[in-house]
Amino acid sequence: MTLSKKEKSWKEIAPAGVCSKPSTQFLTGDWKTYHPVRDIQKCTKCLTCVLFCPDGAIHWKPEKGDIEFDLNFCKGCGICANECPTKAIEMKL
Amino acid sequence: MKNAVKQEIMALNGDEAVAYAAKQSDVDVVAAYPITPQTIMVEKFSEYVANGEVETEFVCTESEHSALTACLAASATGARTFTASASAGLALMHEILFVTSGCRAPVVMAIANRALSAPLNIHGDHSDTMTERDSGWIQIYVENAQEAYDSVIQAFRIAENLQVLLPVIVGLDGFTLSHTLENVSVLSDEIVKKFVGVRQFLKVMTHEGKMVPFKLDPENPMTMGPVALQNYYFEFKRQQEEGMKNALKIIQEVHDEYARETGRTYGNGIVDAYRLEDAEIAIACIGSTAGTIKTVVDDLRAEGVKAGLLRIRTFRPLPTEEIAEALGNVKAVAVMDKSMSFGGNGGPVYHEVRHALYDTNKHPYTLNYIYGLGGRDISPTQIRAIYGDLQKTLQAKRVENPINYVGLRD
Amino acid sequence: MQTEWKFTAKDIAEKPELFMSGHRACAGCGPAVVMRLIMKAVRGPTIVTNATGCMEVASSIYPYTSWATPWLHTAFENVAANASGIDAALKILKKKKRIKQEQVDIIAIAGDGGTYDIGIQALSGAVERGHDFLYILYDNEAYMNTGIQRSGGTPLGASTTTSPAGKVLPGKLEQKKPIADIMVAHDMPYVATASLYYWRDLITKVRKGIEVNGPAFLHVFAPCPRGWRSDPAKSVELSRLAVETCIFPLWEASNGVYQLSTLSKIYALNPQKKKPVKEYLQTQGRFRHLFTPQFEKVADEIQRVTDERWQRVLKKCGM
Repeated sequence: MTLSKKEKSWKEIAPAGVCSKPSTQFLTGDWKTYHPVRDIQKCTKCLTCVLFCPDGAIHWKPEKGDIEFDLNFCKGCGICANECPTKAIEMKL
Repeated sequence: MKNAVKQEIMALNGDEAVAYAAKQSDVDVVAAYPITPQTIMVEKFSEYVANGEVETEFVCTESEHSALTACLAASATGARTFTASASAGLALMHEILFVTSGCRAPVVMAIANRALSAPLNIHGDHSDTMTERDSGWIQIYVENAQEAYDSVIQAFRIAENLQVLLPVIVGLDGFTLSHTLENVSVLSDEIVKKFVGVRQFLKVMTHEGKMVPFKLDPENPMTMGPVALQNYYFEFKRQQEEGMKNALKIIQEVHDEYARETGRTYGNGIVDAYRLEDAEIAIACIGSTAGTIKTVVDDLRAEGVKAGLLRIRTFRPLPTEEIAEALGNVKAVAVMDKSMSFGGNGGPVYHEVRHALYDTNKHPYTLNYIYGLGGRDISPTQIRAIYGDLQKTLQAKRVENPINYVGLRD
Repeated sequence: MQTEWKFTAKDIAEKPELFMSGHRACAGCGPAVVMRLIMKAVRGPTIVTNATGCMEVASSIYPYTSWATPWLHTAFENVAANASGIDAALKILKKKKRIKQEQVDIIAIAGDGGTYDIGIQALSGAVERGHDFLYILYDNEAYMNTGIQRSGGTPLGASTTTSPAGKVLPGKLEQKKPIADIMVAHDMPYVATASLYYWRDLITKVRKGIEVNGPAFLHVFAPCPRGWRSDPAKSVELSRLAVETCIFPLWEASNGVYQLSTLSKIYALNPQKKKPVKEYLQTQGRFRHLFTPQFEKVADEIQRVTDERWQRVLKKCGM
């Protein structure tokens, strides 16, 4: 939260609080303590982790035929590791 | 001024006049909840809907809070909206009044001014809208049913003006105006529809980086009404104030344009000065009491007393310059308040008129007359006595009693 | 009639994220998962409106927004009135040919705070008037955003900041208000309960709610690790346990006719599979005091009431 003069004046911003940036520009990845590490041998690409991540920080990449962890948004909650049916994900420090 | 267009005369009470104006103004959504003395407005409008006379979605909400919310949300979606309330109903909407203004939604609301409880009172006074003068709504108070009709039509143009984008309250005295039959000159449907026009939209920058019309539209998603923390909130409030600043000019422009169509003026649209040019003593007031005061002024003038009247039509934004100019040469002014500000050493209109006069180099004696609370009637005799007090003040060269209560059993 | 929408996990994963990353919800937030999943069920142009609460605040801190759809927030107790206004506007603007879309869906989202208590009037009114919208209640069983105060949706025995477990009192003394049953009593087109572990069921029910003509109500169970003092990694698992213990049965009611969902039918047909509530209670710090000799009777009461309500649901579902 900044009060710097770099922020726009009241004359320049949209009224009614219309938001000017998508939250994808606000990286929450630095919230985490633990991060997910996947054992690719055990992963069956069931996509359970993709569906259950509260932050949408695991993406299914159809062109690669594989999932990808986006640590820019991962908050380290561990839901992916807990829900993985083959226990392919481990939360590491 | 000659009538510019042909108008029909209808026998309407204040509520009916308001409903008729809304009927003609191409309103998209009306969401309302009944409360005395506004009920005739919603009942009449329901009749129009039932008879297929309007192309409007009429939503009978389960409370006034939801009524204004629905109007706000409909307005945010791009609809022209209208609602009405009074007293406790307006009080119940209180939270949403601020949200509506903050969301810059051009909602138009007619208020049949009525006293607030407790004790319960269904009759006319200004306590309901005076309490909301900080809410960011434009407030226009009318003197008669004719002006109620005219002002509702003008309100849509004022609210939707892109330099204003603030909601508008049109206040008419409960029972005195809402339920009293008058001859009202109404315009044709075509002329009103042309006058109000089609709602235009400001272009705003969204999170997608596009400049798009300011409304909820799946083609151009935008987020309205977010959380604005300490580092952002202030600027949005300043924007609302800018809308208020622009409103004075726009209210006058719309008033003048409407006058060219109808031949009817209400002062300059902001204040209505009656025999004030050379007046030594004057009353400043809001609403229908002005009509009674004018007859007393005429009587006094016939007796050689230089009496005058200032009716404040636009109360928000507060026209400090216009009030100061109108009252500048008056030597003693009685400000009438049909509401109280408990513990505030006088009523709200008194406070604000004094505020308008303070920075001028002319300081007439100012006295406050609190009257008509809970719909208590005021007679020409009582008004005459007020002018008498003003004369006594000039003779004594001091204000004996700054705060007075008219017709109170002491 | 409603189409039978068949989808795989891949289909869902490939749909765009209309609830974008970068929101400020806690790590392991159940409601955040619910938001992501419900937005995957969207079928076309949609307007979303939110009541004040965790999901509203976390997703709309100016200048950032997590919503890729048009989105409106006004106040706490009136999201159903928001939806009413949007519905009325869309209807009339379409009639007057001032909008181009043929069909725009409306989703109103609120927590248990904005639904059970302060929001119930607006919800009841909007449903009675028959507006075409889907109301989604994400139930984390307390006013979480303001600091875990009790709501009408807080279960018996739960410790919250306004119903704390102390030396004398064992947390909340009152039962959880049966909000979904209240909505069924409105004779509305569609009411359903869902739990986020059962994502396929949840997404199917959201789509059904969107497709139905008129108001639909979806009660979604959404664990809050912060407020429940549970492990953030277990938020999804808890939403499964709630169904397995029959604390939160899954059912649908179309025009007042109840139907038990397959996932809860398992426990109707095989009562031995139903897990004891203690297994659920012991995972959460908000029930910790129920494992002391002074208050263990309350845990028994919870089991009794759970069983009683479960039997009532079975009866309504004709089982």
